[in-house]
Amino acid sequence: MKKLGLLVACAVAACAGANDTFLIRGVDVYPVTGPEVKGVSVLIQDGKIADIGAKIVAPKGMKIVDGKGLRLYPGMIDSNTNLGLSEIGAERVTVDTGELGEFMPQLRALSAVNPESAHFPVVRANGITSAMTFPSAGGRGGRGGGGAQFISGQAALIHMDGWTWEDMAINRDAAVHLLFPSIAMRGGRGGMANVDFADEVALLFGGGSAAGTYTEAKRNYDAQVAKVTEFFDQARQYQKERTANLPGFKRDLKFEAMLPVLEGKVPVAVPAARERAIHDAIAFAEKEHIKIVILAPQELDKEGPELKAKNIPVIMGRTEALPENQDAPYDYAESLPGEFYKAGVKIAFGTFDNEFSRNLPYNAARAVAYGLPYDAALKAITINPAEIWGAGDKMGSIEKGKWADLMLVTGDPLETPTQIKALYIKGKEVDLSNKQTKLYDKYLARP
Amino acid sequence: MKLAFLAGLIALAPLGAQVTVIQNATIMSEGAKGTFKGSIVVKDGKITEVGDNVMVPAGATVIDAQGQYVIPGIIDCHSHIAVDGGVNEGSVSVSSMVNIRDVINPEDIAIYRALAGGVTAANILHGSANAIGGQTLVLKMRWGQDAEGMIFQGATPGIKFALGENPKRAGNPQGGRGAPATNARYPATRMGVEDVIREAFNEAKQYKATWDAYDAAVAKGQHPLPPRKDLKLESLKEVLEGKRFVHAHCYRADEILMLIRVADDYGFKIKTFQHVLEGYKVAKEIAAHGAGGSTFSDWWAYKAEAFDAIPYNAAVMTRKGVVSSLNSDDAELMRRLNTEAAKAMKYGGLTREEALALVTINPAKQLGVDNRVGSIEVGKDADIVIYDKDPLSNYAKVQKVWIDGNKYFDRDSDVSARPNKELEKKKLADKEKAATPAQGARRPQ
Repeated sequence: MKKLGLLVACAVAACAGANDTFLIRGVDVYPVTGPEVKGVSVLIQDGKIADIGAKIVAPKGMKIVDGKGLRLYPGMIDSNTNLGLSEIGAERVTVDTGELGEFMPQLRALSAVNPESAHFPVVRANGITSAMTFPSAGGRGGRGGGGAQFISGQAALIHMDGWTWEDMAINRDAAVHLLFPSIAMRGGRGGMANVDFADEVALLFGGGSAAGTYTEAKRNYDAQVAKVTEFFDQARQYQKERTANLPGFKRDLKFEAMLPVLEGKVPVAVPAARERAIHDAIAFAEKEHIKIVILAPQELDKEGPELKAKNIPVIMGRTEALPENQDAPYDYAESLPGEFYKAGVKIAFGTFDNEFSRNLPYNAARAVAYGLPYDAALKAITINPAEIWGAGDKMGSIEKGKWADLMLVTGDPLETPTQIKALYIKGKEVDLSNKQTKLYDKYLARP
Repeated sequence: MKLAFLAGLIALAPLGAQVTVIQNATIMSEGAKGTFKGSIVVKDGKITEVGDNVMVPAGATVIDAQGQYVIPGIIDCHSHIAVDGGVNEGSVSVSSMVNIRDVINPEDIAIYRALAGGVTAANILHGSANAIGGQTLVLKMRWGQDAEGMIFQGATPGIKFALGENPKRAGNPQGGRGAPATNARYPATRMGVEDVIREAFNEAKQYKATWDAYDAAVAKGQHPLPPRKDLKLESLKEVLEGKRFVHAHCYRADEILMLIRVADDYGFKIKTFQHVLEGYKVAKEIAAHGAGGSTFSDWWAYKAEAFDAIPYNAAVMTRKGVVSSLNSDDAELMRRLNTEAAKAMKYGGLTREEALALVTINPAKQLGVDNRVGSIEVGKDADIVIYDKDPLSNYAKVQKVWIDGNKYFDRDSDVSARPNKELEKKKLADKEKAATPAQGARRPQ
């Protein structure tokens, strides 16, 4: 009975010419959250997955996509980019990451997203349907960006297609980017910046390094932590005064932006490379009773049990990366996601880049070669990031009721030669051509 | 009689006579035999036999590579590893007097990491700060040997040219307009880059003529005074004589075409265009000149002149008759050129063999060493890599690497040595700690 109603509704939608209602037939479905089902049909209605099964009958006139010999996966999600905010890395005028100011939680990455950026069609042509876009360069020191920051702004979860940034928005404040001080880092920045061997020596022995003596470094660090703590204290105070609604209360945009963080609705995303930095960031989040996501760790060491016990998700950086230290194993970066997984930590992958965002699945594959189970790798670019960034009920897997963010592919999406045959965002088929395919077609045909 | 003589020789040369046989492997030879299941015999550093079935010589080390893949050692046509920070001499627009040979650091860990990524040889280049840069050379990744031992003997040396943003920006952050006159270093535009190269070859031709006249006189038995040696022009004279290859860093189609015409005018050849991100736009002209194109697989948008880069570049150049390769220009990317090659299958539909050629036989051709390396064929240097899986797969790991028949990398040994290395590191750290004053004190420099 219910099914009949559904079919009728489909037929109506099809008649109305809706392009987000159709049937994919005879396809191998890889839902990610469950075992694969081969040779079935997937009904997409009003942009959502309405049904998956062997015997779905398409109403007359409904658009049918032949999925024979193809595989259907959920679209992939890159957990750290600057997409829409940065066009040409070396040309500052085209880059909108890295604003000035130390505490800037009121800045919104979303409203600076340029929907016409040439990067979006290039990235989605490789099966990426959504991404986190960050207001600073992922903790890599803000290539071309402003000065040292503690809070760079709100990161947004966006779709890779839309007429406006409002169209593209999935979660407009999916995280507040907090660059928590870290003692071993040059310039006090976290994340993917390299830790010099000199710094490591300084940490071990208190010797000379860029940061001077260990005592000096520690003093700097303590001062910076005090600053961050003070800002959070002020935000708490503001929250209290706001709730009390005392006469003379003045609205403050910075502190307003902190409320969702203080209420535990929005996590802080914190780049933390070393074990100590990860531990310190977690301790801070706990003290402040806020949610936290760790970005781009460079080591696990003994942090596994804490991350697991406290259920703190981690965004792994690129596995296509050199080891930090001269004497580290050559496959250090490739092996790291597997280590986190084995420690029971929930992981997702980020490319921390625009240019290489399209290589997200290959970074996941490389982790598979060095110890991460295949299914875990696939989850780390689909359902895990959807859940981590607050959209697990809408996307990240092929399940009834979720958006039809789908990719129709010729094989294993983690393998390079696999071709993307079709891509859907909220059930709408997305153009796979882009600046690069157009130049390719044009010059291949040059006489 | 002859046999006895040979046996005697072998007995006298215990080191040189090491024989290794790799059996049961899927061999992607990149040579005439294509891809097949079979064996390789390595003797005296050379490949002596390749086939479906080979006789195993007595005393040979046999490696069973059942289920594994063997490819020729990967060659990176553009790298800056092992140069000890000496990559750019940016003070002059023509720095053809400086030589990478003088700054080789055989202890750069990047060499070992490259080996672990299946790389056996690399073209080590000067930077791109100058329209005409320094002299380059080809190294084999013989980790553990000294600087001299790293050099690929017999490979033709090269010289780096650079066009576009880098040479015009070096010393002129404001371009021609705002730069203070005292700090400006000509050129500041693409026009100036062309002129610098023309001026240099104008000089070099005259220099060569003077020397040619002198050499001719000497040949006739006369005793003229020799001309003055000019180290800047000497390497350009070698370019004019075809004894030194030009590897030209470039991005845009206009500057690629410009250099081809300059070379035509002065009668020399460009051996390879490097990066050549818009090579696909002028592939016809590059092919007609006879130059190779050594590009990135999918880098783009990192600078303005890289905005029209397309991942189809290698495939288009290949289809239009340009001998093409994929390079790294980067110590990290260098470790996975095999899967960079796979991108040319995805973007542009090259076959598996064509794709793998982009990082093996093609760069060998571009460096003029294809008679020695780049494919698994009898008579070639035994530069060989074993992967556990299809080398064009992201899941593949390098297992073993040989150069000249000597094993330089073995994943099993690397992994099993790690606990001991950790222990050694800890011991050293403890020792250092014990010998270091209390925290807070500055260590003596």
